Amino acid sequence: MELNVTGLEFKDINEKLRQICVPVTLKGCLGQRFIASGMKDKNIVIEGVPGNALGAYLNGASITVKGNAQDAVGDTMNEGEIIVHGNIGDAAGYAMRGGKIYIKGNAGYRAGIHMKEYKNKIPLMIIGGSAGSFLGEYQAGGIIVVLGLNTDGRYVGNFPCTGMHGGKVFFRGEPPKSAFPKNIFLNPATEKDMECIKNQLAEYAEIFGYDKNLILNTPYTVATPDSKNPYKQMYVEN
Amino acid sequence: MALLFYPEFEVIRNENRCIACRVCERQCANEVHSFDSQTGRMIADETKCVNCQRCVSLCPTRALKIVKSNCNFKENANWQDDTIKEIYKQANSGGVLLSSMGNPKPFPVYWDKILINASQVTNPSIDPLREPMETKVFLGKKPNHIERDKDGKLKFDLSPQLELSMPIMFSAMSYGSISYNAHKSLATAAEELGICYNTGEGGLHEDFYVYGKNTIVQVASGRFGVHEDYLKAGAAVEIKMGQGAKPGIGGHLPGAKIVADVSRTRMIPEGSDAISPAPHHDIYSIEDLRQLVYSLKEATEYKKPIIVKVAAVHNIAAIASGIARSGADIIAIDGFRGGTGAAPTRIRDNVGIPVELALAAVDKRLRDEGIRNNVSLVVGGSIRSASDVVKAIALGADACYIATAALLALGCHLCRTCQSGKCNWGIATQKPELVKRLNPEIGKKHLVNLMTAWRHEIKELMGGMGINSIEALKGNRLMLRGIGMTEKELEILGISHAGE
Repeated sequence: MELNVTGLEFKDINEKLRQICVPVTLKGCLGQRFIASGMKDKNIVIEGVPGNALGAYLNGASITVKGNAQDAVGDTMNEGEIIVHGNIGDAAGYAMRGGKIYIKGNAGYRAGIHMKEYKNKIPLMIIGGSAGSFLGEYQAGGIIVVLGLNTDGRYVGNFPCTGMHGGKVFFRGEPPKSAFPKNIFLNPATEKDMECIKNQLAEYAEIFGYDKNLILNTPYTVATPDSKNPYKQMYVEN
Repeated sequence: MALLFYPEFEVIRNENRCIACRVCERQCANEVHSFDSQTGRMIADETKCVNCQRCVSLCPTRALKIVKSNCNFKENANWQDDTIKEIYKQANSGGVLLSSMGNPKPFPVYWDKILINASQVTNPSIDPLREPMETKVFLGKKPNHIERDKDGKLKFDLSPQLELSMPIMFSAMSYGSISYNAHKSLATAAEELGICYNTGEGGLHEDFYVYGKNTIVQVASGRFGVHEDYLKAGAAVEIKMGQGAKPGIGGHLPGAKIVADVSRTRMIPEGSDAISPAPHHDIYSIEDLRQLVYSLKEATEYKKPIIVKVAAVHNIAAIASGIARSGADIIAIDGFRGGTGAAPTRIRDNVGIPVELALAAVDKRLRDEGIRNNVSLVVGGSIRSASDVVKAIALGADACYIATAALLALGCHLCRTCQSGKCNWGIATQKPELVKRLNPEIGKKHLVNLMTAWRHEIKELMGGMGINSIEALKGNRLMLRGIGMTEKELEILGISHAGE
């Protein structure tokens, strides 16, 4: 079904969404925040630009944005999927624990900050273009992939993986080593590494109409931290 | 070459009383005591003693005593013993000094410089044993005026309120920093008392969802264990922006404490450090805070009050004014004497301000700006007694948070070594053999006893003033007088000097 949300407040939109149990397309979205906060069992397509904190605490719902999204998409997301056919703002997937966020274009600052993983929940974020500074800061688990498509080659901002202590970040091609902190290993992705993301990359290419071969048949670099206890040596008991 | 110094404590064993039963040896997780089979006597390695008094309390013949060593460095008012030892520790290790519990330094305690009024002759006092006395409070946004519909009926669409049988809650302590049995004691006591306890930032253990209506669930920068069911389980959601013991910095629960059960509750892998970044990386302004507040309101369908907890710092009045406009329902202010499971010593002892001054400044600012009803105020950071509670309420608080006092009721001896994870009292530890020393049934009983006693005392103090409800005491600064304070201190507290 379709729902024209022009002029509706976020509270009204979410109240309506909670009542709707069939796939729904929100038309004319213009910056309303918090859409689908904490929701599960929903299938939502958004036309227009949703506001900040889209799909915060998402718990299983599926959201597709036919355009750009703003800041804090998928904050503390637990399960579900958010697919953005455009660019995404800052702090996407903050502390996400499960589910996936696919971005066709670029991501702002702090994408995947403090992403985690837990048991069989391994969150995944695939960024088609470039990622802003502080990518994967404090990352504790999960997988971030940066493809660098349609960029001038500089597709990683400053200070990627600062404070990272778990999980993996994949880069298509080779990111500049000098940008990373000393405690991050950068290695060519092995066959085994690629197994974790192969199917998802194929799905990603399919969704956004990218050339699957271009995405899959390039070597990747994988960033991992040297320790899951980065602050162990820092203290003395007093 | 390590810089060594004489141990801080001495174990004094009365050999005439010691029966070498080895209870002290079994009870000490720090491995201070051991049995010398050649002499048949108990011996002690005092370098490991933290003065938690476990052995002293359990020695069946009362043969043990722990005393502070008088073997000190040459007297020096500037370079005191602790200062020198801290330098040695850092010179040996290169480490940041790590401490726990609240600031032990001799800063002024304003509660102890405030005196409470009582009725004499006029406005008679009330006997709480004979007359009804209301200690119930509701926390949350209050309407500024009464609204009626077109038939003249009262409109009741109030913002969600947290109902407490008395103006005290157990403050945030995470599962991980304290034990399962400590959490169980707090949860069950809160339920029996009709108040709330607080999960802290470590998630809510699956066994404790049943106490949801007496639980405040916390959302901190690390977002540990935060998911839809968690948010919906609690009676309120608290955003932790800061903590009195360590304003401005985050937390690191070391991987060694992330054992199976803690890992499940925090929803992170076992053995991995649980790092709470210093700031929420999506909050750089009041507008950003508003965003987190409303995302939580949306996720909980506007059924739960949202608390924003901040540390008491220099511009707290302006900060609170911002928070009161962010959509938050309750502001919790944590003073610089608040406890912690671990904080850098320098931060704990030097950052932040006393909660008494912060509370008075915030309450005044919010009243001056006409937004006091936007929020309720909860204060913590060393509320030690019923009289502290009464003074806090008269200064403008709606309720108090207590944590150190609650831990004391559970058996804590304030040795301030929580960071080691070897709490002999079964509180700040995850070691099963230590955790089981705290019986949650007895723990609950002690907490209920303490709060019941405080409730009586609060009623007595209120009755003495001729006040029969917390609501009538709230912000009633005329009931307070200062003693031995400067003009400036009195001005900030908004009270007169004793005798005025």
